[in-house]
Amino acid sequence: MNTFFQLFVSGLATGSIYALAAIGFTLLWQASQTINFAQGEFIMLPAFFVLAGTQFLGLSFPVAMAIALALSLLLLGFGFKRIIIDPLLPHGVLPIVIATMALGILTKEGVKQFYTAEALPFPALFSDRTLNILGAAISVQDIAVLLIALGAVALLQLFLNGTKIGRCMQATAQNPQVAEILGVPVKRMILYTFLINGALAFLASILISPIYLAKFSNGETLGLIAFIAAIVGGFNQIRGALAGGLLIGVIDNLSAAYISASYRSAVPLILLIIIILVRPQGLLGKAEGRTV
Amino acid sequence: MSKHTLLTLVAGLAILILLPFTQSNYGVFVLSSWLVYSISAMGLNLTLGYAGQVSLAQASFMGIGAYMTALMTMAGVPWPIAMVAATVLCFVIGFLLGYPALRVQHHFLAFITLAFNALVVLALRNEEWLTGGTYGIVGIPRPEILGLPTQKPLAFYFFVLALFVLMAAALYGIIRSPWGRAFKALRENPIRANSLGVDIRKTTLLAFAIGSSYGGLAGSLLAQLTQFIDPHSFGLTISLKVLLMVIVGGAGFFFGPILGALLIVLAPEFLRFTEGYYLMIYATLVIVLMVFCPTGLLGLVERARTALKIRQKPNATTWEAGR
Repeated sequence: MNTFFQLFVSGLATGSIYALAAIGFTLLWQASQTINFAQGEFIMLPAFFVLAGTQFLGLSFPVAMAIALALSLLLLGFGFKRIIIDPLLPHGVLPIVIATMALGILTKEGVKQFYTAEALPFPALFSDRTLNILGAAISVQDIAVLLIALGAVALLQLFLNGTKIGRCMQATAQNPQVAEILGVPVKRMILYTFLINGALAFLASILISPIYLAKFSNGETLGLIAFIAAIVGGFNQIRGALAGGLLIGVIDNLSAAYISASYRSAVPLILLIIIILVRPQGLLGKAEGRTV
Repeated sequence: MSKHTLLTLVAGLAILILLPFTQSNYGVFVLSSWLVYSISAMGLNLTLGYAGQVSLAQASFMGIGAYMTALMTMAGVPWPIAMVAATVLCFVIGFLLGYPALRVQHHFLAFITLAFNALVVLALRNEEWLTGGTYGIVGIPRPEILGLPTQKPLAFYFFVLALFVLMAAALYGIIRSPWGRAFKALRENPIRANSLGVDIRKTTLLAFAIGSSYGGLAGSLLAQLTQFIDPHSFGLTISLKVLLMVIVGGAGFFFGPILGALLIVLAPEFLRFTEGYYLMIYATLVIVLMVFCPTGLLGLVERARTALKIRQKPNATTWEAGR
């Protein structure tokens, strides 16, 4: 029982990081029908910005973090939209799928060639002490990660529902034409969405890198899990992506311990297939009108 | 088919027959793998270019075909039976996967097929008793046709070429048949096609299953060509590679995947001098191509041809036809 509780909490912690990735994913989908197959690499990259800042430029850790955040917003938010998505949007989903997959390869190989192929330790943001709760050893790091991630999601939710810009963004996501008529600067709202995705990727990156180490190939699994979380929870809902992320994190941890280590990664995949077939709108999602 | 196209086809075939004689063993190997991947990409083109469904599982069908052929021929089953079995098995699996999966479309289908591919690779890696795990299977025999061995690269090349021509002709027939026209109608305007009596689900399912069986046959040939297979050769990156062949050449054009396969198989040979930067250059080229020409190279040719026509005969009909 204690092991179960322990696995459950650490599953929630990694799950909350998956949720950040999945939320960025659903935001992009809602705002501009962009499926970002490079999302995993977007989460891998900011950690290397921080490491490059501290190792090569000799910056202190907080300064490097600030610069990494700025770079994430600039490259993963603004640049990604301007250079890749904008020209491709009129041509439908398929070219975007291909181009973002290629972007993922480019990012991964770029880090491998110009930085390192080794897994680098990333400074822990919190102490690695463990607390004894109900007889189970729970690490402070897990709790802190969970709290920060959930806090970020709550802030985002507050921003989207409570501010004018947030509501304009929602209007853009629901119906861009009508939003445009009502005077919402649709293009700027879409840009904000991309910037938020960049910020979420940065946050996920600095939270997950102390746990998994910073490595160029981290994005492969992270990206896939972010998709699965987004779809399982519901592609068109933030709370869906949150629930999906937490669920996948917990299931992943528990199935590694109780089912089979070699088929661990199969469990979320099978869950994905079942969900798409039985409830394509996701556990918490609303069904979208289909043309056919 | 006009006299002009017929002549071009005969000339193309003559080149394919004569070209390997000018090549070293390695060159013949590259040409053979081009033809093998072309078969796989032609199948995906049927699913993607004609029926409009994004599939990321073509490599898993190649894998299933390859392992089926390898296991059967190494157990002593004659090669024609093994190859037909591999093709039929992929048709059946494509049907079984597509039957529930084609309820959903577009990006959802892409995700289901992506998950399917990951699962197949996982099973190939973990079921060591059958597949040899990560070590794969070594020493797959090449077929012997009417007493003629195809152990030599050149002989095997002609075996592949014969099957390539056969499969291309079959695909041409399928596209020209009422079924094929139904595929195209579906891609252009599903609602209209449906109102004219095309059963959407049955038609796309058929396209998906036939496309998968092409993948199975290509995998079967690949196993005999390389004589070594492992799970890594059928991962998601290979599915992406086959998808790229279709897109780069031009999805929905008959010769698109063949041209795309040529470029993508040859690219590593030409970019070899760049060593570690190869994948980066490759990815950048793909992005640039997508940004400037999302319909692929043959799409570009088509566009240029229409532009020329409009200049020569500026009227609404040519403009409308080229849109």
